[in-house]
Amino acid sequence: MAQQLLKGNNAFAEAAIRAGCDAYFGYPITPQTELLEHMSARMIELGRVFLQAESEVAAINMVYGAAAAGAKVMTSSSSPGISLMQEGYSYIAGSEVPVVIIDIMRGGPGLGNIQPSQSDYFQVTKSAGHGDFHPIVLAPATVQEAIDLTVLAFDLAQQYRTLVFVVADGAIGQMMEPAELPPMRPLPARAPDWALTGAKGRSPNLVNSLYLGADSLETLNLRLQDKLHAIESAELRYETIDVDDADLVIVAFGTAARVAKTAMQTLADEGIRVGLLRPITLWPFPTEALYDLSRSGKSFLVVEMNAGQMLLDVKAAVGADAPVSFFGRMGGAIPMPEEIVAAAHNALAQPAFAWAGA
Amino acid sequence: MLDTLPLENERLVYARPRTLASRYTHYCPGCTHGTAHRLIAEVLDELGLQDETILVASVGCSVFAYDYFDVDACEAAHGRAPAMATGIKRYHPDKIVFTYQGDGDLASIGAAEIIHVANRGENITTIFINNAIYGMTGGQMAPTSLIGQKTTSSPFGRDTQLAGYPMHMAELLAGIPGTAYSVRRSLHDARHVIQAKKAIKTAFEAQMAGIGFSIVELLSTCPTNWGMTPGDSCDWVRDQMVPVYPLGDFKVADELQQARGRSKR
Repeated sequence: MAQQLLKGNNAFAEAAIRAGCDAYFGYPITPQTELLEHMSARMIELGRVFLQAESEVAAINMVYGAAAAGAKVMTSSSSPGISLMQEGYSYIAGSEVPVVIIDIMRGGPGLGNIQPSQSDYFQVTKSAGHGDFHPIVLAPATVQEAIDLTVLAFDLAQQYRTLVFVVADGAIGQMMEPAELPPMRPLPARAPDWALTGAKGRSPNLVNSLYLGADSLETLNLRLQDKLHAIESAELRYETIDVDDADLVIVAFGTAARVAKTAMQTLADEGIRVGLLRPITLWPFPTEALYDLSRSGKSFLVVEMNAGQMLLDVKAAVGADAPVSFFGRMGGAIPMPEEIVAAAHNALAQPAFAWAGA
Repeated sequence: MLDTLPLENERLVYARPRTLASRYTHYCPGCTHGTAHRLIAEVLDELGLQDETILVASVGCSVFAYDYFDVDACEAAHGRAPAMATGIKRYHPDKIVFTYQGDGDLASIGAAEIIHVANRGENITTIFINNAIYGMTGGQMAPTSLIGQKTTSSPFGRDTQLAGYPMHMAELLAGIPGTAYSVRRSLHDARHVIQAKKAIKTAFEAQMAGIGFSIVELLSTCPTNWGMTPGDSCDWVRDQMVPVYPLGDFKVADELQQARGRSKR
């Protein structure tokens, strides 16, 4: 399939359809609405399930129901809507049904604004709901990667029967880039054995997250933790550029990593040895890779479009003795390359945490 | 498994419906959840739907309903059973999907979900247990508690200035175009139990015919949290609840009326 000029939100939606998404439930919210709109036309054309729910709370519980029924189901939203859906994430994790969520992040807290942001990092990696679980979190930096990671998200959701997020800031949702869509996959002929399909010729299936006894709930949790450990060892993904020879390693994901790549050219021209580690999975997180880099005396500069959320994971990975600096923009602002260049100079001189004003 | 008596030389006239699981329930003595469960199971047996049906249980005393029906089932978050049922029914439009919800679940935290499932004319059936109280959490005020009713969270009696009025869900949902069938029945004596079963059957027939959302509100007892004997509880439904929550048909879609007319002939 040839490259075409695609808007991020439409690319997410069409990639999901081609990956075999056969049910979608959502609610309009900027800056992800084109995704819902794309699904509203294409899913109906293809005879698949599309429904605009009355709220994000209802949407995620419809998703939960469809997942229980054996659907390859997805929803999409943006930060305030992702907060509202948290109830469902926890039930989905406890019931071990496969679900894909796309979060086109915007500035917060509160109603915030509709500008691009990465401030859902804590929410999606650490606190996606009550109880002990982590979703798998994938973070594309280009429209092509949005497509590829959306397809991967469906595969991982099915493989591990778990919740998978694809998170992108609003810039990736709204930008247009040349990208190539995958071919259309055929839909599975039948629902999985555990799904709710009516107990014809078999004993009834139950999809449930309720375990009244401490023993039985701990047993479930041990199984969930085993699964999470398996995901941690098998599904970690990150990109590195020039890290081995670097004195300074920039750590950034999504749009912040793209801007950092531009800044790196300037820094390289100045003779500064700079590298980039870009997490592609935000959970699992490349803790060991960062630790290994820190043992060779490198400095680190974390760049995010938030107040320093991934920063805490980097600091935990490299330890208290490694020099870690931070540069962030908040409220929907995108860092400029020259700001990152300046932050890199400062990081090599004196590690510091800094936020730029508008 | 329950112990069964030997049946030699006996003519079996009453047995456990196949759709009702052979299991002790956790319900309190005198509670009418058991009656409602049995009626649903009898109807699913009679309509031949056991292996076509998916139950969406809710949060409340009936949280373990999935243990008592021998059908595919799931357990929804509090109030969200209609949304979860929507997801299932849209994916399996040929299956029979029903929710079983109490008054806190349906009329309070799940008010938005039940109104929109009705408004979409979702082809599901809801059995709504109205016992005017939160049972599982220990007897707090529900949206359906009567004016003046003392509960553990309305110790001076439900005061409308403080806590509003009893919600009439069957009437409210009847006013929505997507609703095909909305009725209220009671479980306080044998005659009313028989009427309740007929309504439950009609509700599932509405779903089979694909004509929209169907709901049966059942006035029910909570002897434990009302602080009454089972017998007094049934009298309280008759004397206190029925005057506030009149029994009757609030919406019967034309298609259903025609079908019922045919079956009478």
